[in-house]
Amino acid sequence: MQPGHDTPRQIREALKEVGNLAVDVGSLSDTDDLYDAGLTSLNTVNLMLAIEDCFECEFPEEMLNRETFQSISTIGDALRQLLQAS
Amino acid sequence: MTVLARFEDQTRLEEIADQIGQDVLAPNADQVDREARFPRESIAAFRQHGLLSAYIPVEFGGGGASFRELNELCERFGHYCASSAMIFAMHQIQVACLVHHAAHTERGRDVLRDICVKQSLLASATTEIGTGGDLGSSVCAAEDLGNAIRIDKQAPVISYAEDADAILVTCRAHSDAAPGDQLHVLVERTQYRLEQISGWDTMGFRGTCSSGYRLIAETPIESVLPAPFATILGQTMQPVSHLLWGSLWLGMAHSAASIARRQVRTLIRKGGVPATTHLRLAEMDESLHRMRSSLREAISVYQDILDQGSFARTQAFSFGTSMNNIKLICSEGVVDVVSKAMVIAGISAYRNDSEMSLTRLLRDAYGTLLMVNNDRIRSHNAAMQLAQR
Repeated sequence: MQPGHDTPRQIREALKEVGNLAVDVGSLSDTDDLYDAGLTSLNTVNLMLAIEDCFECEFPEEMLNRETFQSISTIGDALRQLLQAS
Repeated sequence: MTVLARFEDQTRLEEIADQIGQDVLAPNADQVDREARFPRESIAAFRQHGLLSAYIPVEFGGGGASFRELNELCERFGHYCASSAMIFAMHQIQVACLVHHAAHTERGRDVLRDICVKQSLLASATTEIGTGGDLGSSVCAAEDLGNAIRIDKQAPVISYAEDADAILVTCRAHSDAAPGDQLHVLVERTQYRLEQISGWDTMGFRGTCSSGYRLIAETPIESVLPAPFATILGQTMQPVSHLLWGSLWLGMAHSAASIARRQVRTLIRKGGVPATTHLRLAEMDESLHRMRSSLREAISVYQDILDQGSFARTQAFSFGTSMNNIKLICSEGVVDVVSKAMVIAGISAYRNDSEMSLTRLLRDAYGTLLMVNNDRIRSHNAAMQLAQR
């Protein structure tokens, strides 16, 4: 699947499913800090797997850090960069 | 007070550490262990030599030691008294949090200058009853008092709390904050009171006096460090803890290895040892080598991050895993080396009343597996394997 205007919604779906956040995903803006919202590093792994499944891609080593998964918008940026390059 | 202007000479630094170790740490180590008492002579010696501010930059009145040099000090002290070395390391972890994350503010600089002048000893209250040992989450929250905050925390351990001049405490940012949305707050002696909730009668590291306390603090809002705790934890507290601990555990292991080697030399002079004993010495040395080399490499990586100011590198999932690996390797390594040393040195190492005794070291060594439980760390690393290529 290509990233597009629907990307934030799909990331939100994944977050809802595996993010295990302390707050309702609907109450978060695209730029809110997901770690502040309760995302743990272990749940980041599940989020990564869910997003990789959804977009049929694989994050490279240099993207596997906290910054990439900091917010819905940073994940979207990473996906755009990743899928445009391929 | 002979505060060192600048630790320019590594050899001199090691000499000073060894001098303090031989003159102060070693002679008191047995009593500190037996009575499970605070090693006040050791801390007084650190203070006298300005070592509690060793890592604070010279411009604020500190020793200006590099991170590598700080590891060297921990390793040296580890040879003589594990409890004293552990307190030294835990204090330096708190100092590093301030140096890395508060020195860019006027308030932070004042705090650092104050530590240098007073040679204050800093303790830490991160773990909390109800979080299952996870430093990255808190139950208690900062209560807003206008220009101040109030914290009421049930801490299962606060090492040397009663002898500290200040404590760095974690808590949730406000009453509605998620468990991981934490502040790191420096509270001074006059700003908190402690109610002991458990004691510290343990197998090893008895001198760290790591009892449990209810900590009730009221402190001005400026006492909150100007970075979220998650940042401080990932960039400084986790790597610095694992590396400084690893260094002092290496010192403990090396000290046990020296005793085993000395004992074998003595036995050879008296008429010889079985060939297997030589093999055991070689195996012990492999274990020691594994600890030392992985530690040195990781210290270089982190020193490079500090030199380049490239803290972004600590954000990589693989960085956290590699620092955890150091903790696992060094804690299992020190137990392995000390156990092997005991078998090699034999009954005189098993005795409490012998010059070759390794009993205190063996008891201390086992603590390293549990202070931040290795199973917990390994489970985390196991899950994070999926996020590594």
